[in-house]
Amino acid sequence: MTTEMQKPIPYPSPETQPFWDGCKRHELTLPYCTKCDAFFFYPRQFCPTCFSWDIEWRQCSGKGTLHTFAIQYRPQMPGFTPPYITAVVQLDEGPRMMTNLVGIEPMPENVYCDMRVEVQWEDVNDEITLPLFKPAAS
Amino acid sequence: MTLKNKVAIVGADETDEIGFVPNMTPIMMHAQAARNALRDAGIAKSEVDGVFTCGVGPMASTQLCEYLGIIPKYTDSTQIGGSSFVVHVEHAAAAIAAGICNVALITHGETGASGRLRRGPRGMGGMFDASMPSAQFEMPFGVGGPPGVYSMCAMRHMHQYGTTSEHLAEIAVATRKWAQLNPRAFMRDPLTIDDVLSSRYVAYPFHIYDCCLVTDAGGAIVVVGADRAREMKKKPVWVLGSGEASTHQSILGMPDITQTPARYSGKAAFEMAGVTHKDIDVVEVYDSFTYTALVTLEELGFCEKGEGGPFVSGQRTAPGGDFPMNTNGGGLSYTHPGMYGMFILIEAVRQLRGECGERQVKDAKLALVNGTGGMLSATGTLILGTD
Ligand SMILES: [Zn+2]
Repeated sequence: MTTEMQKPIPYPSPETQPFWDGCKRHELTLPYCTKCDAFFFYPRQFCPTCFSWDIEWRQCSGKGTLHTFAIQYRPQMPGFTPPYITAVVQLDEGPRMMTNLVGIEPMPENVYCDMRVEVQWEDVNDEITLPLFKPAAS
Repeated sequence: MTLKNKVAIVGADETDEIGFVPNMTPIMMHAQAARNALRDAGIAKSEVDGVFTCGVGPMASTQLCEYLGIIPKYTDSTQIGGSSFVVHVEHAAAAIAAGICNVALITHGETGASGRLRRGPRGMGGMFDASMPSAQFEMPFGVGGPPGVYSMCAMRHMHQYGTTSEHLAEIAVATRKWAQLNPRAFMRDPLTIDDVLSSRYVAYPFHIYDCCLVTDAGGAIVVVGADRAREMKKKPVWVLGSGEASTHQSILGMPDITQTPARYSGKAAFEMAGVTHKDIDVVEVYDSFTYTALVTLEELGFCEKGEGGPFVSGQRTAPGGDFPMNTNGGGLSYTHPGMYGMFILIEAVRQLRGECGERQVKDAKLALVNGTGGMLSATGTLILGTD
């Protein structure tokens, strides 16, 4: 018997649920510290910079730059078929987040740091939508 | 108060066999390495009253003390990946200097290679709690193991500072040359920069030769206070400086993707030792990947930030070069069971004692050891010296 290996699917926790709820609506909603006047990521109940617990959830543009990436030729997690691109995106609003760069052939000559990217939603199931990124439409 | 000269490493050894050792479990390796290191020191197991270890279950020191039959006065199961055993030395120094224990035993053993054949949980299993940030914000994007993460760090470094694949290959080749002088090294075939550059990618920009081995190995270290150290038959290897730091757990927490906490642990170690970079005779830094060694040299201040590539060029770190580094053949070519930090320590001790045969660095009096754990997350730096 062969079992299809499944990609890991996030289990939202109480402090991250609003982020994942936003993803489900196809809105990139991040925690925002009203003291620092800055977004942060990943979600916590407090700001990791100033330790203020006055947090709001605000929507981001879904646009940013490819801060760094790698082309994975071995699956680092079950369910991934190499080659695929793991990416750290720097959102225009400040924070960095991990994602996959899609919509582009995963070849070294195609991808470069600081290229413009934008979010592309992937609905995984009824609960979870993942924020992937693709090269920005110019 | 400073820990400078308060303690010395007086015993250091590995398991009888390293490489592929399917007839041993990790805890068997801890015990055999402990026996060998205590024998090297000339100290009986019954004298051990401090135990520092990780990698044998969630209560590692308790497990190991039970297994070895030790009732300790002080234990420490600090698990910060490959840097664990390096920081254990600092922790042992603090405990001894405070008079809490007298003979500290630090042990390691892992079966990264043959453990795959064994039943049951293995590797870092159990560390991945589904509620942890990495399970929600990294793993769903196919990010998990070190190659996938270190490659992304290297890519940003290459973009920002002009570091090239050739620069990284310089380290792989130089380290292999050291391995060729070490009969216990796992990989001893000749290797050229072209070989590295034409090898397949594991995680672009990393070629296969940019990545460390996966082996079985164990090692142990014995640390005692200054008075006891002077009575030993072998030259004591003094802890002159130490430091530890961590800046993040996962790549998303990195303040700057091109930096590592070695900038803090290294600074602390140099300040305590009161020596300068020029004084260091031999450097043993964690090389989970070629990039790890390169960025660590920058972070420790051996060169300007971003100048790691030019710094290692021209086989500068190879035998005969003016910057001997990773003289056992490193995690890249000697051995790398998972948490390699123990072996850079042991090699530094051997170099300072003059026990390294063909690969001996002439008149090595001062060594720097830097262990790196996790995703460039945690570092421990030691400056060690002999009289
Ligand atoms: Zn704040």
